[in-house]
Amino acid sequence: MKQNFQNAIIATVLSFVLLSLTIGGLIQVEGIETTVVARPWYVVIGCTIVFIIQLFRDQLVFVFKGFGNVLKTLVRAEQIAEHAIQLKGSDRFNPLFYLTVLICLSVYPFIVSDKLWIGMFIDIYIYILLALGLNIVVGYAGLLNLGYIAFYAVGAYTYGILNHFYDFSFWLALPLSGMTAALAGIILGFPVLRLRGDYLAIVTLGFGQVLVILLRNLGSITGGPDGIGSIDRPTMFGIEFSRRAKEGGVPFHEFFGLEYNSIIKDFFFYFLALALVIFTIYVISRLVKMPIGRSWEALREDETACKSLGINSTSVKLSAFAISSFFAGLAGCFFAAKQRHISPESFEFIESVIVLAIVVMGGMGSTIGIILAAIFVAVLKDYSQDLQEYRMLIFSLILIVMMIWRPRGLFPATRPFIKLQNRQKSQECGC
Amino acid sequence: MQLLEQILNGITLGSIYALIAIGYTMVYGVIGMINFAHGEVYMVGAFVGLIVMTILSSIGASLVPVYLIAMLLIAILVSSVLGWSIERVAYRPLRGKHRLIPLISAIGMSFFLQNFMQLSQGPRPFAVKQLIPGSFTVSESFSISYMQILIPVVTLVFMVLFTYFISKTKLGVACRATEQDRRMANLLGINTDTIISVIFVIGASLAAVAGVLVSLYYGTVRDTMGFIIGIKAFTAAVLGGIGSIPGAMLGGFVLGFTESFASAYIGGDYKDIVSFVLLLLILLVLPSGLLGKAEIEKV
Repeated sequence: MKQNFQNAIIATVLSFVLLSLTIGGLIQVEGIETTVVARPWYVVIGCTIVFIIQLFRDQLVFVFKGFGNVLKTLVRAEQIAEHAIQLKGSDRFNPLFYLTVLICLSVYPFIVSDKLWIGMFIDIYIYILLALGLNIVVGYAGLLNLGYIAFYAVGAYTYGILNHFYDFSFWLALPLSGMTAALAGIILGFPVLRLRGDYLAIVTLGFGQVLVILLRNLGSITGGPDGIGSIDRPTMFGIEFSRRAKEGGVPFHEFFGLEYNSIIKDFFFYFLALALVIFTIYVISRLVKMPIGRSWEALREDETACKSLGINSTSVKLSAFAISSFFAGLAGCFFAAKQRHISPESFEFIESVIVLAIVVMGGMGSTIGIILAAIFVAVLKDYSQDLQEYRMLIFSLILIVMMIWRPRGLFPATRPFIKLQNRQKSQECGC
Repeated sequence: MQLLEQILNGITLGSIYALIAIGYTMVYGVIGMINFAHGEVYMVGAFVGLIVMTILSSIGASLVPVYLIAMLLIAILVSSVLGWSIERVAYRPLRGKHRLIPLISAIGMSFFLQNFMQLSQGPRPFAVKQLIPGSFTVSESFSISYMQILIPVVTLVFMVLFTYFISKTKLGVACRATEQDRRMANLLGINTDTIISVIFVIGASLAAVAGVLVSLYYGTVRDTMGFIIGIKAFTAAVLGGIGSIPGAMLGGFVLGFTESFASAYIGGDYKDIVSFVLLLLILLVLPSGLLGKAEIEKV
């Protein structure tokens, strides 16, 4: 306790120095006159918080540990439950559970039948798509991509430009957007992935910045700061969802003899997003069981060992990077079709950090965790008016606290483990 | 004449990059991680400088050296505390973990500081009063502003101080020993944890000096200023060979020259792209940098 008290005093003095000249004085500009208004209360409150946290550090660590243990038990319980339900020989796949979830999600838009609530879920699906894609690089391959949103932008602008200049339809542009993003990933990743992983972080960070600058300045192609507008909405087998179809077409409501209602369009986007998410989850869950997915994880754990076993580390990393960019491109194409208008400001660095926060929170490599975290983050980001100013602060704190407290996320991926029969202790491999 | 002007710009810009790059390269040399929050330390330094300057002018101080020394010293003090706290809070608990983990924590820290400053001062640029207006006229079309002389001079002073510290003092020797082999240094009785803290403090002080100088030179300070310059200073560190202190200084100047020439001959909009392309090229052609040693990973 005495030690803690001493530490608390030191920390308070330091935070006084820090706070008094940053938050303690508000710079005010009136005309050409600049003045500093003292805000002593901010400093006092800040110092008090630091003092209390330092003083009760042990207790705080205890609480966090306890909470962590609760989570651990939950994850274990879920594992055991899954084990119990599991049919012999089936591959950790429980059709009943997934079917129930799918039916719930399909019924949901018809039950709420409200634009705002459907829109929220579409946003959540976009974040899930992005986070699942980023998870390939960060969670499985153990590389840090800080410019992930740039690949999302590549996808969105691919559709925007192809549609604007060449009248490409959404369905044709969707795979093209994914492939363009993957190609961008390969071009960017190739010089960097031969080197140590840290360089990738800074290069992708720079790429994200540069892309936004390029989008702003190449006005003739990208529309500059205004972006590209009136992008075509996707059609369903050629049937459009607007009130009036383009020449020769029949709008959806006329085709089925319904009253025109703009919510039909939202239903369509909802199911489109859901389908994309299911497709992504399916592809990724297959990929990680294939040799390529296994080598991503192996490479994350020990690069030297992998190399000595004959895995080409550069091409394996590059494949992870390209596939992850591919999904970002898909999400970007969908985003462009949903918004109908894209501009550089949707693709700022902040978005990359938000997606990273989802991956980090959900548990690197864990699909369920990421879905839960995406719901949390998307709701916090767009649907919490009171926290609007502080949300970015919260996201950055999430990154730091999670790394210190639970670096593998709130719901870490369950990995195959072997129980040794003749020993009391079970041993997990590779955790 | 334009050539001479660009050379001067290059020196000014290069001094700033060099000061910041030292912090990156030292931290990378010792604990092998990119300290993303370093650019934000520079930003906080600039803000502290502005606040001190405003307070001084409201008291009625008039001597320019008083302003300059007070701004630099107080900015260094606050930034040192900040650098020390960053290491203590966000990096020390993560030592020895997978290398991805401190990187994510660092990006969180950088983002936290940027948003903290934005919330406390507002998301807009603040004008900084010209401390030393006027310029030194050489000919009709060419003049050197006093700031353009001041920046290299101040940088030189701090570089000399820093070089003296790192090569002659006992603490500096300990820093270099830790950089060469952390475990061996520990065995020989150097408290490497303290040394790592010292390195963060020194890096942060130099970044604060850069922050104050930049705010005086460009006349504005804002919350997002640290971000881009952080990437660029890192580029400078890689260019010179990461982990090498003279390399960081050299890389800073090379980047400064490249950028000032690029913005003169290609266009100002694209000057941020130039440094990025340069980074990619170095990584492709010469990953160990100009003065760095090739990295050999032992198992």
